[in-house]
Amino acid sequence: MNTFKTNLRGVYTIWYRDILRFWRDKARLFSSFAMPVLYLVIFGTGIASAFSAGEFDYISFMYPGIIGMVVIISAMFSGMTVVFDREFGFLKEVLVAPISRTSVVIGKVLGGATIATIQGLVMLVFIPFADVSITVGGGFMLVALMFMVALAITSMGLFIASRIRSMEAFQAMMQLLMFPLVFISPVMFPVETLPSWLGILVKLNPVSYGVDAMRQAVLGADASAMFGIELFGYRMPVILDAAVVVAFGLIMGALAIRSFRVQE
Amino acid sequence: MKNIIEVKHLYKKFGRFTAVNDVNFEVREGEIFGFLGPNGAGKTTTINILCTLMRPTKGRVILNGFDVVKKPNEVRKSVGLVFQDPSLDLKLTAMQNLQFHASVYDVPRDVAKRRIKKVLDMVELWDRRKDTVQTYSGGMRRRLEIARGLLHFPRVLFLDEPTLGLDPQTRSHIWDYILELRKRLNITVFLTTHYMDEANVADRIAIIDHGKIVALDTPDNLKRMVGGDVITMKTDNIEAAAVEIREKYGIEAHQVSDGISFEVQNGEEFIPTLVRDFKSGLQGISLHRPTLEDVFLKLTGREIREEAGGEGVMMKQFAMRQARGGKGFH
Repeated sequence: MNTFKTNLRGVYTIWYRDILRFWRDKARLFSSFAMPVLYLVIFGTGIASAFSAGEFDYISFMYPGIIGMVVIISAMFSGMTVVFDREFGFLKEVLVAPISRTSVVIGKVLGGATIATIQGLVMLVFIPFADVSITVGGGFMLVALMFMVALAITSMGLFIASRIRSMEAFQAMMQLLMFPLVFISPVMFPVETLPSWLGILVKLNPVSYGVDAMRQAVLGADASAMFGIELFGYRMPVILDAAVVVAFGLIMGALAIRSFRVQE
Repeated sequence: MKNIIEVKHLYKKFGRFTAVNDVNFEVREGEIFGFLGPNGAGKTTTINILCTLMRPTKGRVILNGFDVVKKPNEVRKSVGLVFQDPSLDLKLTAMQNLQFHASVYDVPRDVAKRRIKKVLDMVELWDRRKDTVQTYSGGMRRRLEIARGLLHFPRVLFLDEPTLGLDPQTRSHIWDYILELRKRLNITVFLTTHYMDEANVADRIAIIDHGKIVALDTPDNLKRMVGGDVITMKTDNIEAAAVEIREKYGIEAHQVSDGISFEVQNGEEFIPTLVRDFKSGLQGISLHRPTLEDVFLKLTGREIREEAGGEGVMMKQFAMRQARGGKGFH
């Protein structure tokens, strides 16, 4: 019991440090926005003026995807703090502390996910631009989904960070992963109208389900029905989308914990 | 006296390389125990095992009554660490770094508050507590690390090259703190260094080379092993000089950086005869009482400095710090 309390405190302390650093580092607050906002404003406007996507404006369609994109990018790069800490030595201070490696990983995952969710929330200032109206229920659902996606992707980032020694390699790896995770997904386009080879790739991407669920939360399940992912002829509801994300997160979390526990 | 650390038949292998090779020693409670040897001798590997950052390949280590493999968390609570490389969060303030430490070591908040004040006063950083660590000089950072290492009242304080890369004045300051601390808190200090003058403060010293302990005794006893005085001769023909010394006086000389060195009794009286009769191109001569450096030379046949603090190593460390974005200064 005592050990449990100590570890819980460890989780909190590790989480708190990440949040503290985030607030001190104002530049980072904005760094994850630049690309997605450009996509939304420039790309969205350009596409919308050329084509129309049924009864929805393209920007409205794209907007929940862009929120997802912000959360994903921010969450992926939170693994960088581990690489950074290793390079500047602070990781040692964490690893010799009398708390379990599991609580270190949980603290880091919660920290990264909290930050990614906050960044996703900041994206809500674009509601007027995207011309959507989110219901209160949909709003809560969206926040919950952002946090779930953030947890899953942060876990993945941590797992990779635990295996990589240099900052450059980590960054390269993240760029390499980011492209397929973000673009082979329903962020920019609906799935079911895609040629089947691309449709299959999108459905293999766990991130797709997070984006699909967020779109349902923002646009409403009925309104987004025509863009949704179908699996075995069955239209995925939010709850099943979320289940896929959670399952992916649990696998990545378990891998990250295992990787951190291995001593030389 | 109680043993606070017991190491029995410790091995650590990295692939086919044996970094620590059957190491045995005990550290007594309250002593300053020095671990001396060139870089790559296995000092840091041994420390990493003692503080649970690495698992031993074989052997047993008991620290403060706890086995390092079976009870890592108990061991971690018992030790304070000051690493060779800095391990502070540069983006946070001194206060926040210490609060983090107190929190993960489960020091209650009100106790932590008092102790943080105490340790920061001790290392004279209380006035700077609200500044981020990145604004600190190398010496201040090291002092902060020492303060942090003491925050949870460890039984053993590990200092891995605590003054590496610091200027002489800061080095002597830091030593004042460490000695003062030991007096006040009666903690055991486990020290690794390759500065010989620093090793002199230790109660006992283990000399480690190629992963093995080659000697373990008090500094005075170690120096007594050398016997007599040490004469160092500068010469342009090292081999001829060594042969001459051996043939004339039956003394085996060691090769040092730009000459030879050997031990004799009553060195002052020996020098005049030596200089008068010497044939192999003498360029300079000096005499000193044995130092730990001479002990190392006698035990291993090599100088500790040429491997530990040589220019090549310094350049490499400098280059590495540059590669880290120039922030690795310590």
